[in-house]
Amino acid sequence: MQEARINTHAGAAARTLFDKIWADHVVAELGGGTSLIAIDRVILHERTGAIALRELAQAGRPIADPARAFCTMDHIVETLPGRADATRVPGGEALIKETRERAKAAGIRLFDINAPEQGIVHVISPELGIVLPGVTLVCPDSHTCTQGAFGAFAWGIGTTEAEHALATGTLRVRKPKTMRVTFEGKLGPGVSAKDLSLTLISTYGSAGGNGYVVEFAGSAVSELDVEGRLTLCNMATEFSAVTGLIAPDEKIFDYLKGRRFAPQGELWERALSYWRTLQSDPDAVFDRELTLQRDEFVPMITWGTSPQHAVPVTGRVPSFEESGATREAYERALKYMGIEPGTPMSSLKINGAFIGSCTNSRISDLRRAAAVLRGRRVAPGVRAICVPGSQSVKRQAEAEGLDRIFREAGFEWRESGCSMCFFAGGESFGFQERVVSSTNRNFESRQGPQTRTHIASPETVAASAVAGHIADVRTMLG
Amino acid sequence: MEKFERLTAVAAPLLHANIDTDIIIPSREMKSGKKTGLAEGLFAGWRYTQIGGREPNPKFVLNKPEYRNVRILLAGENFGCGSSREHAVWALHEYGFRSVIAPSFSPIFYNNCIRNGIVPVRLPEGVVRALAGKVEQAPQDHKLTIDLPAQEVIAHDGERHRFEIDEHHKEMLLSGLDEIDLTLTKKASIDAYLAADRARRPWIYLEP
Repeated sequence: MQEARINTHAGAAARTLFDKIWADHVVAELGGGTSLIAIDRVILHERTGAIALRELAQAGRPIADPARAFCTMDHIVETLPGRADATRVPGGEALIKETRERAKAAGIRLFDINAPEQGIVHVISPELGIVLPGVTLVCPDSHTCTQGAFGAFAWGIGTTEAEHALATGTLRVRKPKTMRVTFEGKLGPGVSAKDLSLTLISTYGSAGGNGYVVEFAGSAVSELDVEGRLTLCNMATEFSAVTGLIAPDEKIFDYLKGRRFAPQGELWERALSYWRTLQSDPDAVFDRELTLQRDEFVPMITWGTSPQHAVPVTGRVPSFEESGATREAYERALKYMGIEPGTPMSSLKINGAFIGSCTNSRISDLRRAAAVLRGRRVAPGVRAICVPGSQSVKRQAEAEGLDRIFREAGFEWRESGCSMCFFAGGESFGFQERVVSSTNRNFESRQGPQTRTHIASPETVAASAVAGHIADVRTMLG
Repeated sequence: MEKFERLTAVAAPLLHANIDTDIIIPSREMKSGKKTGLAEGLFAGWRYTQIGGREPNPKFVLNKPEYRNVRILLAGENFGCGSSREHAVWALHEYGFRSVIAPSFSPIFYNNCIRNGIVPVRLPEGVVRALAGKVEQAPQDHKLTIDLPAQEVIAHDGERHRFEIDEHHKEMLLSGLDEIDLTLTKKASIDAYLAADRARRPWIYLEP
């Protein structure tokens, strides 16, 4: 077998995982610290894909390698059962149709609305083995950082850069600084990756990772399953990081084996021996190191309008001094959310509960939520919705009978897509309605005009839906 | 892309931290699927009295007559965080903005600015607040100057603040050249990389 060790040179200085991936993708140095970086995978979606493909077509620029470009329909598709191209998002149907036509004309693989592979881009890419350890992967979506969980350099870009990546197979990038965030401690029952992320962002602020590529490490991260790692990396953009990533291990390799676009046979073996080199050397130096050490991590929830506005579910709305926010941001957030300092989070009654999004809509997320909902009912007056992240997740959940648990508890059970993670003029929970959501952004009006979003793990959403107010899932376990 | 060298113009302060791209242009305002027709949706949630409405909110800074012809935005930390939507930059540009000055930017938003002829200027928070204080006294008279070749922001009273920007980004903004055309001049390097990489990492390359 041919030796596949590419990036280990005897005597070379210790390098981080990111340094290794970077070095293997430098096509040319452009001066001033900027490099031309090879892009292995480009994924588009119907919200911006049509614009990028239209611009390229109109400029007469072909796609460099259509076989390594993919497109899904997720952002603005309808998620009600029996859906077709029609969507409640204004202008959505035209974008869907144009994306389809242009993806076909460009010769790139499209996972169309009713295709068996359809789903949220960051859910289906791992499912299909599009993302692999050590690849560079871009998508015009800020949550592309999710896919760093596979030990990839995966990051969100704008439409213009997507055009560049498609036309040239490269991007012009200045090498970012590196940060390592180490989580040490146990995740007890009812605690999952989302809680780690909210712990980090509430401790160091939503600009805490600004400009860094963040490697997540430590015992709490190694213990996460593949899907939990995707959740943790997903929120790297809410930390203002360029992206997040995690060194791939046997869990990742086992997950990928046999996936549609993953290498097979002899190529699998070669890939595997390369992938095993993809970890930071023991004495590698990061530009910044943060450590979060806890005896036990706890369930977290946001109180305000930034992911940094998070406290334990057992906590209270913070005082200004406790909040870590500027006075202006603090007061604005309280007013928007309709809350008072010192109020116990658990006393906040809710009107909505949402489980879905690229953050928390995978099968393990649904299993943990269903474990809470089994034999229970959503509280009166709470509108509860579950949107599986992909058709594959939905089929698996249905095979396990999870859909029945959700339905019998009073949840709507939907087709896959981004759905109510963001308001695009279609569906929302309504004016000043309070929602506990497994999504990633609690920004003002993100889920609808004046809608008040509290982000948390899917199990906390399920527990809160049952209680009718923000609830500690740990009281409903076992 | 439009070239940028020097600009002297009215600046408006919007100093909240973490102004996200949903605020800059709400998703509901991105109906057309085009890079144009977005200026009307800029800051729609703050700029108009009602969601979906078009009645100007007189309290919002850009609606105040003293800020007419604004071209420069002074903003808070982590400006442009959230969604990667380039519509946020297209909307700012179409409205007339050519520069945003803030203590820090979301990385994706920053890159999108560079590719659309908007100069993102990083200055310490105290400096941004001080500049806002000067501008607010008489917005039409206390204009700011962005001197890209010198990498300086100059206040009406001559006070100068140097800012850092990558040489490569500066060149792109100064030249206005198309980035794809520039990169395609490196085609030989790209082909050489691909030939070597196909041998090293054959599993990356997929059948059509």
